[in-house]
Amino acid sequence: MKNNKLFIFTTGASMVLATLLLSAKTPVAPAQTPTQAVMARGKQVYLQICLACHQVDAGGVQGMTPTLVKTTYVLGPKTPLIKIVLNGMTGAITVNGDDFHNVMAPHSDLTDQQIADVLTYVRNSFGNKASAVTVTQVKAVRAANKPAGK
Amino acid sequence: MGLSLTGLMACGAGGGNGNKTDSTSTAAVTADSSWSLTPTDSPTTVSDSLKLPTGFTATTLVENLGRTRHIAVAPNGAIFVKLSKLQDGKGIYRLMDTNGDGKADKSFGFGNYTGTGMAIRDGYLYASSDTCVYRYKLDNDFNVVDPNHPEKIVTGLLARGEHEPKAITLDYSGNLFVNIGAYSNACQLQDRTKGSPGQRPCPILDSAGGIWEFKADVPNQTYGDDHHYATGLRNVVGFDWNQQTNSLFVMQHGRDQLHDLFPDIWDTKQSAELPAECMYELHKGSDCGYPYIFYDQFQHKKILAPEYGGDGKKTAGDSAQDPVMAFPGHLAPDGLLFYTGNQFPAKYKNGAFIAFHGSWNRAPEPQEGFFVVFAPFENGKPTGKWEIFANNFSGGDAQTASGRADHRPCGLAQGPDGSIYVTDDSKGFVWKISYKQ
Repeated sequence: MKNNKLFIFTTGASMVLATLLLSAKTPVAPAQTPTQAVMARGKQVYLQICLACHQVDAGGVQGMTPTLVKTTYVLGPKTPLIKIVLNGMTGAITVNGDDFHNVMAPHSDLTDQQIADVLTYVRNSFGNKASAVTVTQVKAVRAANKPAGK
Repeated sequence: MGLSLTGLMACGAGGGNGNKTDSTSTAAVTADSSWSLTPTDSPTTVSDSLKLPTGFTATTLVENLGRTRHIAVAPNGAIFVKLSKLQDGKGIYRLMDTNGDGKADKSFGFGNYTGTGMAIRDGYLYASSDTCVYRYKLDNDFNVVDPNHPEKIVTGLLARGEHEPKAITLDYSGNLFVNIGAYSNACQLQDRTKGSPGQRPCPILDSAGGIWEFKADVPNQTYGDDHHYATGLRNVVGFDWNQQTNSLFVMQHGRDQLHDLFPDIWDTKQSAELPAECMYELHKGSDCGYPYIFYDQFQHKKILAPEYGGDGKKTAGDSAQDPVMAFPGHLAPDGLLFYTGNQFPAKYKNGAFIAFHGSWNRAPEPQEGFFVVFAPFENGKPTGKWEIFANNFSGGDAQTASGRADHRPCGLAQGPDGSIYVTDDSKGFVWKISYKQ
């Protein structure tokens, strides 16, 4: 997992190359289209857990719940995204220049698989296109997650 | 899922449970299961994109002013609008239609803070941020004398990321009322989290979840028991002083997420309609029962909240006030105005206009709202009937259902000529609605 993090945050091409060379187990082709099974499972979680606030089209609610469509929160680095699902969110956040005030409950009760599935689904639905979130990545973020005093 | 309570939906069914009946209920609570989204009884007309009863016309006074929330109109027609997002660095705009063509041709922005509340009383303009209430002296032409130095009347109010807007209204005896919304959905230990229990007593209620009363002319007031006017109100955005009854009426935003949090009790269809959005008449010391109960408009009962052991049938809150009127769930009443003018037909006199901002918590069922309702009053009580007065803010049925509304009605005010004004906090439109015989 260290390698994955390095891969995401390193800008130096040589470092990326070194990382790739050193890591035989790096998942290949992360931008690949997710399987139908992952998307179907992810959709189930979305319908049950996310839809009530983020809405059917993931466009959110004015002043309440931010959109999930083509925002850096969703399409950007995976670690903070996974943390939002695990820890929830309170207090106003600004997305695309507007403030949103709804409270998002923590969803650490979801399994690593469910979180990976739903994030992969959201990152590849509603006009979004981004790499899949893997169970391994969720597991690592959960292990490093410090819910209290963060 | 949720089918166990289908009997609950039958209007008036399920009584006779041995609890004492709500004999304190003095006014008919309507909006029962016979409710449907039919337009007004009278023929409608379309005017400046709004659907109105025949004889009424709407003109768009201003467009694209941003997040226009509450509105107040001075005796000379000067219009003041509060914004919840700064527009060109300003949070309040004074608008004027000097040539009477229905468009604001003069505009002056001031105040570098966002908020919701806006009111005029006794030569002052009152405005709220999410933590304070300010006032500005007005001159004889209702210009703000010193836009950069308002008096701070109330300070230090809680704003904890949920239900932050501080709606304000005033009586005619020098008192200012401020809503402090509960920073919670249902006072669970962990807000909006499945399985988290309700807190008893709810610790939020000492400083939020109610209405606080302040002197309109005393600077730097803040919390204190003598200011606490009414409790057990989750969140109030639309409220107004009724001059006929000489009392305060509020519209409560009812709780969210009955199905999300308790899918075994309520299905998505029930959860879309429940609980009612309630109108209460308040007096000092009123307790409307939040968070321990909610009002079910189908059973006509105060129901124990599921976070406190409720199952959708158990009643509770015998000492809590009943609503004087109940509307379908989640429509989000953001503006309330008692009509005291003479321009509109007689039936409107002393009745209530209510701006419903529109729902979000009905998903995956279709969303509703995005309209202004009229509820007639007789002898200071709602008659129980109500109708959609102004509709089509959303732009059409599909946009209503998806919630992707063009406009969201929020603030209401009455002008000196008896016209009413409606704001839209989505695209910053302000309409003036008038009647001609």
